[in-house]
This record gives sequence, C-alpha cells and structure tokens, in this order.
Amino acid sequence: MTKHLISAGDLSRDDALLILDTATQLARLADRPIKKLPTLRGRTVVNLFYEDSTRTRTSFEAAAKRLSADVINFSAKGSSVSKGESLKDTALTLEAMGADGVVIRHQASGAPHRLANWIKGSVVNAGDGTHEHPTQALLDAFTMRRHLGNLESRRVAIVGDVLHSRVARSNVLLLNTLGAEVTLVAPPTLLPVGVEGWPCGHSFDLDSVLAKTDVVMMLRVQRERMNDSYFPNAREYSRRYGLDAARMAMLPEHAIVMHPGPMNRGMEIAAEVADSMRSVIVEQVANGVSVRMAVLYLLLGGNVSAIGAESSEPSTSSERELEPADTGQRRRRSDFAGEEA
Amino acid sequence: MISGTVIKGARILGAQPQDILISDDVITEVGVGLSKAGAHVVDADGLIALPGLVDLHTHLREPGREDAETVETGTLAAALGGFTAVHAMANTDPVADSAGVVEQVWLAGREAGHCDVHPVGAVSVGLRGEQLAELGAMADSHARVRVFSDDGKCVSDALLMRRALEYVKAFDGVIAQHAQEPRLTQDAQMNEGELSGVLGLRGWPAVAEEAIIARDILLAEHVGSRLHVCHVSTAGSVELIRWAKSRGVNVTAEVTPHHLLLTDELAATYDPIYKVNPPLRSRDDVEAVRRGLADGTIDVVATDHAPHALEDKESEWQEAAFGMLGLETALSVVVAAMVETELLDWAGVADRMSIRPARIGRLSGQGREIAAGMPANLTLVDPSARRVVDAGSLASKSRNTPYVGRELPVRVVHTLLRGKPTVLDGKPA
Repeated sequence: MTKHLISAGDLSRDDALLILDTATQLARLADRPIKKLPTLRGRTVVNLFYEDSTRTRTSFEAAAKRLSADVINFSAKGSSVSKGESLKDTALTLEAMGADGVVIRHQASGAPHRLANWIKGSVVNAGDGTHEHPTQALLDAFTMRRHLGNLESRRVAIVGDVLHSRVARSNVLLLNTLGAEVTLVAPPTLLPVGVEGWPCGHSFDLDSVLAKTDVVMMLRVQRERMNDSYFPNAREYSRRYGLDAARMAMLPEHAIVMHPGPMNRGMEIAAEVADSMRSVIVEQVANGVSVRMAVLYLLLGGNVSAIGAESSEPSTSSERELEPADTGQRRRRSDFAGEEA
Repeated sequence: MISGTVIKGARILGAQPQDILISDDVITEVGVGLSKAGAHVVDADGLIALPGLVDLHTHLREPGREDAETVETGTLAAALGGFTAVHAMANTDPVADSAGVVEQVWLAGREAGHCDVHPVGAVSVGLRGEQLAELGAMADSHARVRVFSDDGKCVSDALLMRRALEYVKAFDGVIAQHAQEPRLTQDAQMNEGELSGVLGLRGWPAVAEEAIIARDILLAEHVGSRLHVCHVSTAGSVELIRWAKSRGVNVTAEVTPHHLLLTDELAATYDPIYKVNPPLRSRDDVEAVRRGLADGTIDVVATDHAPHALEDKESEWQEAAFGMLGLETALSVVVAAMVETELLDWAGVADRMSIRPARIGRLSGQGREIAAGMPANLTLVDPSARRVVDAGSLASKSRNTPYVGRELPVRVVHTLLRGKPTVLDGKPA
C-alpha cells in the first residue's frame, strides 16, 4: 500500500482490491452488537475540513472511531484557520499534536499533496477542489461490486458536471484500474479540455449511452453554472442530461443508479428515479464507513502483528477477539476477484 | 595610481581572444597585446565578453513590497546575472503611474549603483485599465520613461489600448502589453490542456494570449505605433508575431527564460514554485518560442523576475502568487535552451539579451557594440563553468527560483557598468 491516499491513480489494482475486500469484511462488523475494533487504539486521526461536508466528515469520523482511533475534528470555521493561519502552519500544528493520519477536505486542488510535504503521518484526501475524491470512488466501486460482482468490462456512465467534479476524476481512474469501461456524458462545456486523453470514453448524448450501461452515476450540477454560460438554464440541462423515469426505462434490467450526493432533485435526477428500486444512493452512504475504515486500517494499521489472529505476542485484550480473524491473512494476498454478486 | 582598465584575453562574442582597454566609462581600444601603464588588469582568459545585459522586464517590488525585493537587492541580483540595466515594472504599491513614483524608483537605482534602473510607467491610473496615466509627465521626468505597461494586468479595453498606442507616439514610447484576455482567464491557474483537466486546476488557454496579441497587432498597424508583447508563451503567439512582422507592423516581443526551458508538467507537483503568469506551457510551445527567438521573430529575452515572499509561495497552488525569480539565472537558462542546442551563438545571445532590449527601451548608453568609443558596459562569462542552483546563495531577497538543485551552464564572472566593476569574480564588487 501507498503511505498516503491522495489520488485514486495512486492505487494499483492489487491495492484497490485489497481495500475493497477489507471493506467487505469490515462491513460485517456493522451487524454486530459491538461495532468497534481495537486496531487503531492509541492512534490519532485528524479530520481537517476546510469545506463544510457533514456527510464525509461524519463518515470518516465513524470509521476512525470504530477502529478505536482518537479522532480530532479540526474544522476551518471558528478555528485558527479562519484567522488566516496557513495550511503549512496548520500542518505543523497537527504534526506537533502527533497526528498519525490526517483526513483533509480542501477547496484547493492539490492541497493534500502540499500537506503530505509538511507532515510525517499519512494523508487521506477527502476531496480537494476539482481534483479528486478517492474514497468516494472506492465506496462507489464497493457499491457496484455488491450489485454487479466483478467490475471487469462493466460499463459505467458518469453523467453531468465532469469539469468541476472530483468524484468523476477519481472514479475514472479507479474504475479504469479495476477494468471497467467508463463513459463520461456531459454537454461539451462541462467536459474538461483534453478529456480525449483520459482512460475513458465520452459522449454528449445521454440517450445513446443508457441502453448499454450497467451503472449510471449522476453528478450534482450546480444551478449557478448557468451564470457562467456552461448551459442556458436548469430546464434545458435537465431536459438533455437529467435522469428521469423515461430515461431510466432505457437502462438494462440489472443496471443501477448512483449519485454521490447531495442531489438536486428535479435537476440532474428526478425524484422518482432517486427513490426507485434501481437507486443505490442510500446504500452508497452506508458503504462509505466500511470503505473508509478499510483505508484508515490499511494506511495506519501498519504492522500486521497488531491483528489478533496473526499476532506473535499473546493477545492481552479481550477486544482483540472481536477482530475478523482472516483480515490479516487477506492483506497478504495479492489478488482478489470480486467475491459477491 | 590606477588609471583605466585592461581586460586581457576576452573572447568578444565568442571570437578569438582580444584585449579591451577602458578609460573612465568608455572603451578606448580593442586589439591584441594592449597594455596601459597604471591600468587595472582583469584577466579574462577563456571568458566570453558580451555587452552588458539589458532586462526589459523586472519586478523590483519597491515601493510597497520591500519584504520581497528592493531596488538594492534586485539590482545586485541583476549585476550578478550580468545585467547593466533593468526596466522596473510599474505594478508596485503605489503604482508607478506618476512622475513622482517613477523618479523615486529611478533615484533609488542610481543610489544602489549596481545597474541602471529604468522605470516602466503604468499605462492606466492604478493599473485599473480605465483612464490613461500621465504618460507624458513620466516621459518628461528625470526617469525619461519610454516603456509603458500595466504588466500583471492586460490593457484589455480595446479603446484604451488604441489611445495608449497613439499617445506614446509623441515621445517615441512603446506599449508593452501583458496579453491576457481577462474573461477567458478568470481564476486561471495553469496552462489549459489535458493536464489541467486531470489536476483540477483551472486552465489558462493559449487563445487568451493570442486573441489579445492579434487585436493589438491590428491596433498598432492601424495607428502606426509601436507595440511590444511581453512574455510570449505560446506557439500561436509566435505565429501571429511572425505574421505581423511580415506585414511590417512595428511590433517586438519578448520571451522569458523559464518559458524557454520549463513545461507545464511541473504543475503536477502542485508546488507553486512553478506557478507563473503566463503559465508554463507545453513542450510544443517551448519548441516554438525557442525557434521564434532563434529566427528573430521574438526579439528579446526578458526575465520577468518576480520575487515573492516565502509565505506567498508556501501554500496551496491556487492561493500562491504568480511568478519566479529570473535575474541571476537568465543567462544560464538561455545558454542551456538556446546555445547548447545550437539555436543561438554568443553574438545571438548578445543581440537578444542586450542590443535589442536596449533598442526597444531607447537606451542609447546600453546594448552597444564592444568597440572603441562605446560605453564600457560589459559582461564576462565563463562558458565552461557549471553550477547547481542554490536558492540560499542568491542575492535576491526572495527564494522563489524554479531551478533549485538544477545544474545550469555558464557563470557570470565580471560585470562592468560604465567602466566600473559591479561584479568581480562572481561577487559584488
């Protein structure tokens, strides 16, 4: 595994599968009466959030706490950051506090790269500007695997404001690594210059793509984009690129509908689609915790000996018995196929 | 008593070794086996002699940002880089948009004494692009301003640009345009291309530079005035300027050392040391500006030396200031990009870094031939030296050089300003 998780492109196929398989095992924990593992006891995870994102922050917080890490929430509002403290000074402060891992959400693309230069601990990118959001891509892949099994040659359409979407960038990279075929669908104004060179296809026509897609992922489109002439108005956008019931009917029987949230109902996705049987949007949120647990565990868990089943020292903690016994072994395995349909 | 200077064995523009005899501020004789009783002897064995370099585009930051650079530190950096004259850009605080400010900068340059400082006057009041600054008063001041620029900002209003071009004809001035269409570059962070899309950094498209250059060429042609294009960075811009020159339009252009050497791939580090405006471009653009400089389409190399305090660069990319240091590495970078690639010889380097910039700035005492009767502004360069750039050893007050750790060719050994050494053996004289 890499030390940091900054880009989905940092992950090899083995790394990505290891995270997803680990997440699968950790997900089982959710069904237990005690949802906590001692794995990261004594480790400190800082949630450094420069943008409001209750959803992502609480997901990381829950993940870290279930692994028994100490969690410090460091939000930009009402802190030294709002008094003009630089990212570097904040980084040095976190370093002095002994942060083993920093989960960073920042409005500037590349901020996690910069942070990684200034701290010794692991950096987890929880969304940087319009760059990447790798744990979102991982939870999306996790969700897809639950419904579709192996993602090899599966067709995924990502629809909407690709230009400004960190979710789209991370998904393209990760899904490509996992062997899926991605098609980006958007008006030409909302596709990045140079998208031809990305490891995916693209289309301006949603209707022509839907019939042969296994997953359709709708991206949030901000209404304000029309003020910059990315499209004429919300109604036209919705008519051409919104997923309504009629378009959903064009999908194959098994296809699923995803959205990273928060949704603009009536804009990129119709309410009846968001609430339909095909929609796995709520499940995405639930899966976020398991995937983030896996990421924190694999980045910060460090030595395998911390895991009860593989420990060479006698376990002194009764809690260790709660560890999934095979997690440690699985970390050693290099290749996994998707294991469930 | 020392009277005059003899420079022994210098290869003028790379030719066979000759001696240069200097008396007071003038070259009195050039030839073989020269000597003069009582003269100070400078051993220039193996060194290349160039006319003192002239920079058309320097940010000295004084007044206003003396924490980043001062006239004293900036001109010392210039001398160490082989320059005997620099043009100080107007985007100071207060802006150099009045005779008072340009005279202040000019006087500070005289006091520092490391090289001549020629202030550039702002085109518009406060660089706001609304109303012409007092161009005539600046031209008539002691600073004798001939180059006017809102550099840092584009004179985007077509009418204001037209008027500025027309107005400076009265005193043989030139408008140096920072060509950047503002609407196409809102919040722009790096060259627009595949990489900007991948990195999620907002693109600065080539067309935003080229559209303004095309317009300004047509305006300059229409009013019959003199246009200078700052820091040309794209292949398309080179094409436009080539076309304009073929039509006889009175246009000149500059390229920075960094646009001759570095490419946009460096942005992938998200290290703002590589953040500059215009942005680093693609490999094809670098090739095009090199060819443009080689064939004379681009007239000069100008540093766009842009010092920034540490805190303005040690940040997230999009928060960081645009700009990089240039004075102390310019000649080395030009040699690496143009001489080692055999696109220019030493005479070409002298032409692009001294003779032509002096002509564009209308500096009669700079950029002259190394010959009897000419002002003794000289730069002596060791062509075989190589050095690894160390930010800590720079004379500039700032450290934002993109070349840290890079090995670059040549070393400026001596610099003479009107016969008086400003740099000896690579150190301030």
